Amino acid sequence: MGINDLLTLITALLIAWSCSLLGCFLVLRKAVMVGDAISHSVLPGIVIAYLVSSNFNSVFMLIGAAFFGVFTTVIIDFFHKKLKLQEDASIGITFTWLFALGVILIALFTDGNADLDQDCVLFGELGTTFLDKVIYNGRLFGTRSMLMILPVFILVVLFVVVGFKGLQILSFHEEFAKSKGINVNFWHYSFMALVSITTVMSFESVGAVLVVGLLVIPPATSYLLVERLIPMLWLSCLVSTISSLLGYFASIYFDVSISSMIVVTSGAIFILVIIYTKLKIAFRKKIVNL
Amino acid sequence: MIERIIYFFSDPIAQKVILGVAIIGAISGVVGTFSFLRKKTLIADAISHSVLPGVCIGFIFAGTKDPILLMIGSLVIGWFSVWIIDYISSTTKLSEDTSIALVSTLFFAIGSVLLSFISKSGNAEQSGLKNFLFGKAATMTAFDIQVFAIVSIGILLIVIVFFKPFQIVCFNLEFARSIGVKVRRIEFLLSTLTVLTVAIGIQAVGVVLMSALLIAPAASARYWTNKLPIMVFIAAIFGMLSGVMGVMFSTIKDNMPTGPWIVFALFLFTLLTLLFAPKKGWFSIRKRNKLNSRKIAEENILKIIYHLKEEGNSTISFGNFLEKRTMDTILLEKTLNYLVDIGFLKDSKKLFTLTENGELEAARIVRSHRLWELYLTKRMNFKDDHIHGTAETIEHLITPEIEKELLKELDFPTSDPHNKEIPYA
Repeated sequence: MGINDLLTLITALLIAWSCSLLGCFLVLRKAVMVGDAISHSVLPGIVIAYLVSSNFNSVFMLIGAAFFGVFTTVIIDFFHKKLKLQEDASIGITFTWLFALGVILIALFTDGNADLDQDCVLFGELGTTFLDKVIYNGRLFGTRSMLMILPVFILVVLFVVVGFKGLQILSFHEEFAKSKGINVNFWHYSFMALVSITTVMSFESVGAVLVVGLLVIPPATSYLLVERLIPMLWLSCLVSTISSLLGYFASIYFDVSISSMIVVTSGAIFILVIIYTKLKIAFRKKIVNL
Repeated sequence: MIERIIYFFSDPIAQKVILGVAIIGAISGVVGTFSFLRKKTLIADAISHSVLPGVCIGFIFAGTKDPILLMIGSLVIGWFSVWIIDYISSTTKLSEDTSIALVSTLFFAIGSVLLSFISKSGNAEQSGLKNFLFGKAATMTAFDIQVFAIVSIGILLIVIVFFKPFQIVCFNLEFARSIGVKVRRIEFLLSTLTVLTVAIGIQAVGVVLMSALLIAPAASARYWTNKLPIMVFIAAIFGMLSGVMGVMFSTIKDNMPTGPWIVFALFLFTLLTLLFAPKKGWFSIRKRNKLNSRKIAEENILKIIYHLKEEGNSTISFGNFLEKRTMDTILLEKTLNYLVDIGFLKDSKKLFTLTENGELEAARIVRSHRLWELYLTKRMNFKDDHIHGTAETIEHLITPEIEKELLKELDFPTSDPHNKEIPYA
């Protein structure tokens, strides 16, 4: 395993960990579809930022992402609450439209550009991130993708540690949180902002669709196995670690897209866990019947 | 631009594409209506993401883009995804939205692994497979369109034959069960239709955005009618128009994917509908609210003048009003002028008096208010200090018919619980 493998793996792991931490709260709050919608609709923000700065400059990307992330939730709420459109349709219409807008912008304005084409929007390109090394004073600091996702990861960890109490109450009992005087809107919107920042910063590596897999599958897997929030967070990170490692080497072995393979691996783990829980129940029933 | 459009419609290849897209749009509108009414549109999204591996497997078996094999592949995988979503959300503690997102991304990832696997196999036709991601209507062959037309006619026939059970299942599941409709079978049939529609639609729209073609026409149609057959028809028209418009937009540059443009057209339709639809649109709701609040302001002012008159002031100035009731002064002035215009008030140098008509109208409102107060104390056993608030609201809603009923019920009373006289015309 060379230095390039290591750099790619570290990037994959940082993305997977950030996503699985945030994803736990999405799964518990039953807000997965909103996360899905946000990860799709930040696309026009990314494209506009790219067109303005002509590279994946993180500052512009952050501004674009924050704007479209908030814009998405605002439009969904507007359709649902003001125009009385049912919620699932509001979500479905909003994110498909914004995603379509992003793809149109790419098709119109980024002619034959290798950095931003329609495929990378969907799958990302983790396999080539090692080409863009950051070297300062002759010493290797990492790849650009890695250095982009590192602060996001630190931010996510800090957010979860500092805001643990608030997030916990919010995830299990929103009404109770309100009655306790917790600013539910503050936590909700800062959480969603963090979700959009994470999807944007990992966009280049895993794409807008597959990032949802990283957000949902490891937390869902660990939710099946444990009851309490802290073990759920740890287990979810463990699942994403295993799937990143296995997925990475499998993708090299089969010579296919890395990010897709990571999601497929985590899906395989999920299926194994489902079978395990079903067997456990069946076994318990058998003992009771004896 | 115009030359391009004319050229577009006269070109035989383009005509073929328009026909194909029109069929796809119309049938998506029809089938999407039922998903929309069952609030299952996000499952449609999952289905459309999930058919990607089906398309790839169909391609691996056929070695070419054979529409029938691709359709069988997507049908099998689409069914499987619906079943697995249902299985996960009904037998584990994971919620439905989690299982939808999980299944759709997992299947999509499997599809993309297969895609990159196929692209390395060196098959000359594989480049076309990527068109299923965002759709490319121009790649439709005449044979494709024949297949689409036959499948669409089949779907339409099923919708016509099973219209009644579909309708009952969409609107009232419990009722459907109670009258012995086989709900599971009908739901299975509806998801089959959705999967089939997705399978033919992805050629023009692509797996990523196909759900929009199912959701948006139905959502818009809902704003134009309350009747299901009409809604299905309108959704079909919307779907068809958006499809054709999307394909037209996409010709502004060569080699554009059609899916995003179709979604763009769909969104335009939906937005216009949500804003301008009669009765349920944003502007009609706002207009109705505005009319209502104006009517309430008018009635409140007439009532105040009546009260002041009871206390012995027959001409009323601006200041008198504001002593009685806090009101936005601009609204007050506007409403007063309006009341003068329609002949309820007389204005002599900013001192207002009720005209004969105005007096009648004011008496009606005060009568409604006091009758309601009396009704609450006599029939509902409310205390007299709890009744004014509700009467304040209800006085604006009491129709002549309700008034007649109240009068009969209370036997034409003469005074209200606060010992004030109930005026009669």
